[in-house]
Amino acid sequence: MKGLKTSFNLVGLVNFKKLVADPYFWGAVKNTFIIWGLNFAPQLGIALILAIWLTDVKLNLHGKNLFRALFYLPNLLMATSVAILFKSLFAYPIGPVNQFLMKIGVLTQAFQFDRSPWAMRLIVAFIQWWMWCGQTLILLMAAITSISPSLYEAAVIDGANEWQCTWHITIPQLRPMMFYLLITSMVGGMQMFDIPFLITGMHGEPDYKIRTTAVYMYNTAFQGKNNYSYAAAISIGMFIITIILAWVINQLTKEKAPKKH
Amino acid sequence: MTYKREIKIKETIVYIAMIIFGLIAVVPVWVMLINATRNNAEINSGLSLIPSSHALDNWRILTSRNFQIWQGFGNSFIISSLVTILCVYFSSLVAYAIHIYRFRGRKLLWNLIMMLIMLPASLSFIGFCQFISKIHLMNSFIPLIIPSIASAGTVLFMKQYLESILSFELIEASRIDGAGEFLIFNQIILPVIKPAIATQAIFCFVGSWNNFMTPFVLLSSTEKYTLPMLVQMLRGDIYRTEYGGIYLGIAVSLVPIIIFYAFMSRYIISGLTMGSVKE
Repeated sequence: MKGLKTSFNLVGLVNFKKLVADPYFWGAVKNTFIIWGLNFAPQLGIALILAIWLTDVKLNLHGKNLFRALFYLPNLLMATSVAILFKSLFAYPIGPVNQFLMKIGVLTQAFQFDRSPWAMRLIVAFIQWWMWCGQTLILLMAAITSISPSLYEAAVIDGANEWQCTWHITIPQLRPMMFYLLITSMVGGMQMFDIPFLITGMHGEPDYKIRTTAVYMYNTAFQGKNNYSYAAAISIGMFIITIILAWVINQLTKEKAPKKH
Repeated sequence: MTYKREIKIKETIVYIAMIIFGLIAVVPVWVMLINATRNNAEINSGLSLIPSSHALDNWRILTSRNFQIWQGFGNSFIISSLVTILCVYFSSLVAYAIHIYRFRGRKLLWNLIMMLIMLPASLSFIGFCQFISKIHLMNSFIPLIIPSIASAGTVLFMKQYLESILSFELIEASRIDGAGEFLIFNQIILPVIKPAIATQAIFCFVGSWNNFMTPFVLLSSTEKYTLPMLVQMLRGDIYRTEYGGIYLGIAVSLVPIIIFYAFMSRYIISGLTMGSVKE
């Protein structure tokens, strides 16, 4: 492997100084967050609504388990294949999505998705949503079913309606699970690699707007100049950002201690 | 009466939502399967939800360009199987040791394992590659298989499971009967924790089967390519206009997992929530 040497010289904090001043690194961090946010907000929202509906004992729903199984399926699929599949689906000028949008009259001529940064960001976010929403749903459903029924009984006796039960019992009781989902999704999202790497031309095109930090690290280490030491600095920078965020989230979602009178 | 109608309306809304999201989950996979059986002219002429008859032609196009699909399957299967066996066996062993034995440094060891869970894999990736290159194991399956012996997440899962089901009396009784410690683990504990092993084995296998980045960096000769590495070749120039071939290539890589899931979905979904929800 070229670029890997057995001898080394200590350079102190040179790579980290470079990292802090590197606009491409911060651009990659920003891209990662935009794509992760675009995926996580709808993921949690939709999964939460579906989980509350599907666990509602008053509704007599059929096919609940089938739906859950279908919705979880994308999570097991190979991210590599999924990336190539969506690349083909959104192909220009004759991909299935373009064909469909032209048929129903949304577009008059084919749209070149891989030339538009925002379209590509949305597609990557959609794929992430598509792959992870099912898992979030299953975990939330499990968390809802483990809430003690006596809480709801007490609330109903006190005259609470359905909406109040959901808002004041289900959501607060789901706090630990939502915290867990937020942290795991963020740690996973910061490492997002396969899909942005393969759905673009391996560099996060167009205009490097799909380049996540993991893709940037890969580009630095294994393509072009093979700058391993700087790539290692990028991965540590990524890690530090993740830790700081996890700490901030932890502080924000901490159960507030009851006030002393 | 109004209450009943309210329930009915809500039920309808939920059914519609279920159908919409179910379709979103399935349609991309369905379009892929259909297009894998159609030739270029058909794919260019528009969407269809009914299969055509050109799967064999597409197969010929796909395999005529040095796309060693069976070799890819074989490589992926060997790596994933060995990873699964090593990961599940050694993780159970560690979890059992930490749960049963009281030894010095037990707490420290456990905290270390917990810390490893928090560390993202990409943090150590560059160092790992450098290390592998220095001990001359590039382009070999060994660095893809051996590190799975240390899987912190699986250890955590196994320990939680052991805590919930294992009684010390069982071990005491076997010891009195004269069984050695390894015999106890292999013959008595392993059968008891079979459900946990099965779910972890599934996730371990799928995780290794789908892993792209590590083999992509470490393996260089084409006869060692794993399935995901073959699939990423489909985006290159050699298949530029052979849409049917590309879809078939993607389909071939996904169908085994889909079939497996069709039979095992109940266990997979229950395994997903097994260790995660605690009161």
